[in-house]
Amino acid sequence: MKIELNGAPLEINAATLDALLSEAGYDGAVVATALNGEFVPRSLRSAQPLTPGDRIEILAPMKGG
Amino acid sequence: MRSFYGTDLPNGFMLGTAQYPSPAILADAFARSGACVATVSLRRESGHSRAGQDFWAMIQALGVHVLPNTAGCHSAREAVTTAHMAREVFGTKWIKLEVIGEEDTLHPDVFALVEAARILSEDGFEVFPYCTEDLVVADRLLRAGCEVLMPWGAPIGSGQGLNNIFGLRAMRAHFPDVPLVIDAGLGLPSQAAQAMQMGFDAVLLNTAVAKAGDPAAMAEAFALAIRAGQLAADAGPMEPRDMAAPSTPVIGKAFLT
Repeated sequence: MKIELNGAPLEINAATLDALLSEAGYDGAVVATALNGEFVPRSLRSAQPLTPGDRIEILAPMKGG
Repeated sequence: MRSFYGTDLPNGFMLGTAQYPSPAILADAFARSGACVATVSLRRESGHSRAGQDFWAMIQALGVHVLPNTAGCHSAREAVTTAHMAREVFGTKWIKLEVIGEEDTLHPDVFALVEAARILSEDGFEVFPYCTEDLVVADRLLRAGCEVLMPWGAPIGSGQGLNNIFGLRAMRAHFPDVPLVIDAGLGLPSQAAQAMQMGFDAVLLNTAVAKAGDPAAMAEAFALAIRAGQLAADAGPMEPRDMAAPSTPVIGKAFLT
């Protein structure tokens, strides 16, 4: 299905948010996730189904002021 | 030192982690400054880039308190979601709450700020709101659950120092028991000393150190100034007066004319 990951269109096989993290290469990374503007805690990623057109944000630690 | 949500800090120096010439210089600046709080953020990262992971490992190695921000957020909803993401990634209830309302000055949207502060405080966050010296907004933030306020000195990154001395002095006097942090706008150590002398509990800065010719040396200069200002405030400064008052005793002076 086609989704949007961090603002870019992406064709994926994953059916859940957890599976998408693996498919997109985030295994083992400290990141936070949001689906369509809503925070999805780490503990709920495996139960979070994805549907076509979903907007997913995967954020990592970054420098800041 | 004042307690920030129950955490006693060894000094009043909070330092940002952005814009340094290199990670090594950032680490050096923290080492020489003794800054006890580091601000950080969250940004998009691809699965194949590990820059964020490396950055986080370096920050953890500094051994300082981490204060994540919601920089760049323009609505309460966006800031609240970002705060939740930051809490999970950085493992802290602390959040530097920024909701920007105007691009030229990065003036906070104080209405959205109060709304987000209330939502986050009710959800267990310990909110450090980036605000102005507006007393009414400050009062609303305290009523929303904030136990710390962070008024700007001047617009972020401007290096202008304390733009509204009267307003900041009034804020300090109006909220004597609230930990107050001057956040943003400082360009020189003397301005940090001035803030501490006025009784502020800490300063938060980034650009003034990161963009200095020698960031680590500037970090140390700020640390010394913050320490000097804190000592002066604790020592009880004299009251200024309009007319001269001789410091050398007048009694006993010889009559030589």
